Amino acid sequence: MSLLDFARGPAIHWALIILVAGTIWRLLGVLVLTRGADLSRPRDAFGNFKGYRTVFSRAWPSGEFTTATRYQTGMAYVFHIATLIVVIGIVPHIEFITGLTGASWPGLPNAAGVAFGIIALASLLALILRRIAKPAVYCSNWGDYFAWFVMAAPLVTGLMAFAHIGPRYETMLAIHILSVALLFAWFPFGKLMHSFWFIFSRAQSGVAYAHKGVRI
Amino acid sequence: MAKETTLGDLLRSQGVSRRAFLQFCTTTATMMALPAAVIPSMARALEQARRPSVIWLSFQECTGCTEALLRSHAPSIESLIFDFISLDYHHTLQAASGDAAEKAREQAMHEHAGEYLLLVDGSIPTLKGTSTIAGINNLDMLMEGAAGAAAILAVGTCAAYGGLPKAAPNPTGARSVEELITDKPIVNLPGCPPIPLAITGVIAHYLTMGALPEVDHLKRPLAFYGENVHDRCYRRPFYDRGLFAETFDDEGARKGWCLYKLGCKAPETYNACATIKWNQGVSFPIQSGHGCIGCSEPNFWDKGGIYDSVPMAQFGSGPKIAVAGAVGVVAGAGAALLARTKKHKKEAELHADE
Repeated sequence: MSLLDFARGPAIHWALIILVAGTIWRLLGVLVLTRGADLSRPRDAFGNFKGYRTVFSRAWPSGEFTTATRYQTGMAYVFHIATLIVVIGIVPHIEFITGLTGASWPGLPNAAGVAFGIIALASLLALILRRIAKPAVYCSNWGDYFAWFVMAAPLVTGLMAFAHIGPRYETMLAIHILSVALLFAWFPFGKLMHSFWFIFSRAQSGVAYAHKGVRI
Repeated sequence: MAKETTLGDLLRSQGVSRRAFLQFCTTTATMMALPAAVIPSMARALEQARRPSVIWLSFQECTGCTEALLRSHAPSIESLIFDFISLDYHHTLQAASGDAAEKAREQAMHEHAGEYLLLVDGSIPTLKGTSTIAGINNLDMLMEGAAGAAAILAVGTCAAYGGLPKAAPNPTGARSVEELITDKPIVNLPGCPPIPLAITGVIAHYLTMGALPEVDHLKRPLAFYGENVHDRCYRRPFYDRGLFAETFDDEGARKGWCLYKLGCKAPETYNACATIKWNQGVSFPIQSGHGCIGCSEPNFWDKGGIYDSVPMAQFGSGPKIAVAGAVGVVAGAGAALLARTKKHKKEAELHADE
């Protein structure tokens, strides 16, 4: 079995199984553990409903924090959007998703895919440099750096595979798929779960404050 | 007397001009990435070369490799190379049969011990009795032939990597030459079939240089297998522009767009199909409208579907992912239940303290 056979077969296979099982496990494990009912009378009759708006209202920091946070917020948006475009926009990724789900859509030209990949990687570098430069702001632990690593690895290896840098194409493709397998397998257990948690944490905060008549 | 004939004599007797011969030398040297200065010495060496003895053993094969070589284009200098070598045993081509044929093989092995080239096509069954020639098991015949060979060329994917006979469930226990012979220089010339010029090019290199050409990690000559088909494919610009044939009869297919989505294995296949092509450079599979099936790669038959594209994962996804989801539900529910129980117990303890 070649490295590519291993990557495309058992490695990505088990990584996907861990991703699905782990994500559902963590989601259920936390969401079923509901808070006890707040017995106080809500200050606002539509408090809960208004609380859910927080999911969107917190998509950008409040005005008071603009100066302090616009760099990382802007850069984070650039990273997330560019990464999303790369993940669902380039043809090999669409083919991979089609192989799993049957769904298919038109892809971007390679040049656009490479451009977004480079933008994603550059913004990710910008973010980690800020994190390193301002340790007091972030209070990083190894989980933050590991999450960064498992996210950066597929971007680096994917660009290298496309550009034929490093080992032969099929080996580089295998390394790229293995890096994605690592990302999938780690996803449910690290900070990457914020992909799901951000909705619930914002909503929970919004509802809790709205119950008390505070709009955030 | 025939053994004293040089290649130059033979070519002249066949009416091949010196210009055509030099063209062949130039082409071969170019294909094998040899410097231009080598061409005159290659011509000289080939012209004066004596007939080397070649024993061609065919095992679990379809004769496609021999067919490709013989029917490549006629009359060709490549085929004359084969006229030139002393092909002492090839059970498809030789006139002799039965005991006479086997005696010819034994005689060639005896007379040219340590000097003859052994060409093998077809995989070798390790299960005794599944394939025999003149009552001799293929494995025994290979071992006997390899013992006195100067070098071995594994012609075709079956000989090089096991090919179709080795595909799961491999009922004959098929093996490649390199899996069985470890003490001889081996060059693999995979392909189903291999490009004829790759076979004759390696033989010409051996006759000229007295050594086998430089090979990659899969023992393929770099001159012919050094680059992947995708990088040399004339449809590559369509790949870069994101223009793909979605089916074999859509607009993209008619316009000659990239066949990547139709399972073309060119990005992971190393061969010279896109540059040398077939039938005197007329075409190759991708040019005729079908994606590369990766036939010069090991175990290509077991690497998922021919029409599955390169990035597709090689496993049945649906049911297994559904099972994984179910496992997640059970684990999540279990975790939540444990946490709630613990929480309630803690609350009860706190109330008791009050």
